[in-house]
This record gives sequence, C-alpha cells and structure tokens, in this order.
Amino acid sequence: MSDLAIQAKDLTRTFGNFTAVDHISFDVKAGEVFGFLGANGAGKTTAIRMLIGLLQPSAGTARVAGFDVSRETEEVKRNIGYMSQRFSLYEDLTPRENIRLYGGIYGLTRAEIRERTSQMLERLGFSSVADTAVRSLPLGWRQKLAFSVALVHRPRIVFLDEPTSGVDPITRRQFWELIYDAASNGTTVLVTTHYMDEAEYCDRISIMVAGRIAAMGTPAALKEEFTVESIDELFVRLARPVEAGKAGTLP
Amino acid sequence: MSAVQVDSISKRFGPTVALDKVSFAVEKGELFGFIGPDGGGKTTLFRILVSLLVPDSGRATVLGLDAVKDYRALRLRVGYMAGRFSLYPDLSVEENLTFFASVFGTTVEREYEQIRPIYVQLEPFRDRRAGALSGGMKQKLALCCALVHRPDILLLDEPTTGVDAVSRREFWDLLGVLKAGGLTTIVSTPYMDEATRCDRIALVHRGQLLGVDTPAGITGAFGRPLVGVRARERYKALLALRKYEHAQSVYPFGDVMHYTDRRLDAPVERITADVKTFLDASGFADATVEVLTPTVEDSFIARTESAA
Repeated sequence: MSDLAIQAKDLTRTFGNFTAVDHISFDVKAGEVFGFLGANGAGKTTAIRMLIGLLQPSAGTARVAGFDVSRETEEVKRNIGYMSQRFSLYEDLTPRENIRLYGGIYGLTRAEIRERTSQMLERLGFSSVADTAVRSLPLGWRQKLAFSVALVHRPRIVFLDEPTSGVDPITRRQFWELIYDAASNGTTVLVTTHYMDEAEYCDRISIMVAGRIAAMGTPAALKEEFTVESIDELFVRLARPVEAGKAGTLP
Repeated sequence: MSAVQVDSISKRFGPTVALDKVSFAVEKGELFGFIGPDGGGKTTLFRILVSLLVPDSGRATVLGLDAVKDYRALRLRVGYMAGRFSLYPDLSVEENLTFFASVFGTTVEREYEQIRPIYVQLEPFRDRRAGALSGGMKQKLALCCALVHRPDILLLDEPTTGVDAVSRREFWDLLGVLKAGGLTTIVSTPYMDEATRCDRIALVHRGQLLGVDTPAGITGAFGRPLVGVRARERYKALLALRKYEHAQSVYPFGDVMHYTDRRLDAPVERITADVKTFLDASGFADATVEVLTPTVEDSFIARTESAA
C-alpha cells in the first residue's frame, strides 16, 4: 500500500439536481493531521460519509486505507475509526464496558481487549472512573474516552467530526494532544471543527465552499498565499461570497 | 432598576449541582454574555430566567417581575431562543413566523419593523421548510420567531453552537443591530472569541461564575505576563516547554503557544529571555518569543485552574 491514507479523485455526490460534493480531489498522507473545514452546508458531511463507506459516490473514486470506498466498503469500515460529536458511547455503560463493547464489535480477542482496556484507562487517567456510568462523566472526559474507543482496533485512519464542540478550553487542548499523540504513532487523522484556532493545529487543511475545495495546504502556506493573518480570516473571506449569492443553492 | 437581578440562585438535579449560589445583574440595554463550556449551568440559568424551571433557593427578577410568582406576566415580555432548535421543521419559514406571532396575538405584518433586519435575510427562503434550512439560517429564523412579539428582553441560549464561523459572525452582527435599537439581550456561548462582542460577560464553569465584568476588565485582571512562543516543531516544543522548571502553564492557541511563568515577581523581559534561552538549549533554535495580550480564553483557563 502507498503511504497515502486517503486518495480522493473527482469525488462527487448529487441528490436530485443538487450537487452536494462537486469533483473534489485530495490526498492525505499516512500520519498526517488533516483539517477538513467548510461552512454548514458546504458538503463536508456528505464527503465524509462517502469516505467512510456509508454513502455511494455518484461519480469519481476514493481509496481509504488502500480500499475502494464504493466497492470495498466493509474493508474500509474495518480499517477506520469514527467519532462524531453527537453519539459515540453508550451512556448507561461504564468506560470499561464501552471499550469491551467496541473491542468486541471490531473482533478483538478477549486478551487484546483486556490489555488495551488497562492501557487506555491508565493513559487517560480514568482508572478511578473505570466502573462509573459514562453519563455521569463531564463532557470533556466523555469526548476523550470516545476518541480512545474510536482507536481501540488500531485503525490506520480516524475520522473526527466536530470532536471538541462545547468542550471547555483546557479539555479542548488536551484533546488535541491526544490527536498529536495518535498522529505521532502513525495514525492518520481527518478532523472537522468550527474552532478556527484548531485549524491552525493541523498539518494541512482544506476549505470546502459549495461542494468544492476552495483552498488546500498547510495553514502557514495558505495564510501566505491569501495574505491573511489567520485561518479564521481566510475562512470568512472564502465563505462570504457564497453566503451572499446563496439564494439559488442550499442556504 | 436592572433588567435582570439574580440573587444567590442554586439548583440541583439529584446529586448534580447545576447552579451554586449564582448572583449577577444585567442593566437595561446591555448585551450580556454567559461564556463557558457545556455542562457549566448556562442552560439551567436561562430556563430559570424564563420561568421554565424553579430554583431550589435564591431569587430572580426579570423586568422587575419575579421569575417564579409572576411567570404569566413575564412570559409575555421575554423572547427566548432555546439551545436546541425548537421550531416546527415541517412548517415553512413564513408559517413558523406566522404561528409564533399568532400565539402572542399579533401578526408578522404588524411587527415587521422589529424583525426586518433579520427577516430580509430569510425572505428568499420564505417557502422553504424550516427543517431544510442550513444551521446558520435556522438560527436566524429562531431569532426572528423570538422577536416577533416585541419582547422587552431577549434570552438566547447558545444560538451559535454548531454553526460555522461565518454564520456565527453574521449572527453577532444582527445582535449588534438589535442592541443599537436598545434591546436588552442575554446570550450564552461556548465560543470564547465571541465574548468581545458583549458589553459585559460572566464566565460560567461548573455551576459558578468565575467573574463578571467587561471583556477588557476580565482580560485586564489576568495578572501575570503572557508569553507567546512559535516554533516549527510545535508539538515537540510544547512538550519540552512544559518541562521547563519555571513553566506555570503552556497551551496551544492556534499557531502560537501561550506560556505563563511561575515566578510572579520576575519582570517580563527576564521571562521572555529565559524562555528563549531554554528553547535554544532544548534544540528549538528557530523559536520566537513575544509578549502577548491575554484573551478571554486565557483568562477563563487561568480562572478554572485556580478554582480547581
């Protein structure tokens, strides 16, 4: 397999006469932290759903962890981790039980589950709450646990959809340290966020506007190319014209 | 008389203390922000202020009305936007507005001037089902519906959560327009960068207020030098700097790390020089060090650390 974790070529998805994702092409290297940005309705979620094998592309191709997202969807799912802001953990179960559940779903052996559970709980500093229902843990803790659970089967790529929404500023930064740590162990990370400071933490970012990738590169290179001070400023500049003329498309 | 007066309000849910003796006042015409992460107690506080929840102890008055005893009179005069999208997704933009106007015994036509600044942005989509709007547009519609009966105070619970950075700005621009018209507005947000849009803010964390002041007052009370560090190998530099003997805290903020020093009496020139020397010696010769002005987020972090 090449050292590309994701290869998308002219990936496209239409719904009726609406083109949600319009011929996007990009590569993500193994071990890279890739920020996948865009305004609400720009097509990020549709693109991610195609990349994780939940939605068939209308045209174009993508390979994720070396597998074709339209023909080898099961292999894709086995080789990726996914964490969304909304639902990742069973709140009635304890951290230990959640890890065991997901480990079982991904076909780990009992011994593997046992070993990874203790490693994970220790690394997160969760030993004292290992047997407490997830519901009673602070949001930030749940999000850190959800991230670790998404990595329980040691996927080559993990997709994080707004993982830090509503989380306090310290935990938000601790979460990013978990991301860096995973990336330094070779895990590829594709992450979406509405916090523009987090965009600056990524190795590379893309900004989607109306179904297309309007800008892509390292944060530093993009700031130079567009002569802006911050990614926030770039984001506003790219997304504004679309807001103004949006009446014809999805608002 | 203050628009809102809250005295020592507490609220528990079973073993969870949602609000712990919270007190503050909001003046007429103010744009007042509750800034803090989810689970801090913001929503509980809003629900008490709009009379949807009764506090265990303490007292709240809104527009001079008791939030418990005078709830009927109060509900006619507040505009409330709940944190969760709570319009009818199957009704169109226009139908939702008409519905909320009629609940309060008025019509969209009669109140048009009040909602015009926001409604003009929604008008192109007046026949679209509310459920089919984008996140930013949904929030603008909800704001319109909260305004349509000409409330004397507006309470917006996390109107920009999950909304993209551009739509967030536009939403705050609209709040600025309403403020210019003299409307008292209380708004909550987990996005610390939005704090500067408010006249005054309260930092909310784990059921308590960590401070109530103007944004400049909050950041001005930071109380120690804040040093910004940039290095090519950012993550490695961050881990190294945390091990520096004088480091109090080191956090990434976008493309720069924010560093504070343990030595409270050391002059800032000494701190920056020492940090630079340490980074040079640790293999980060490209690192640059500068003095920064603290942001509201820096202040929030510092106050939660000292509260812990």
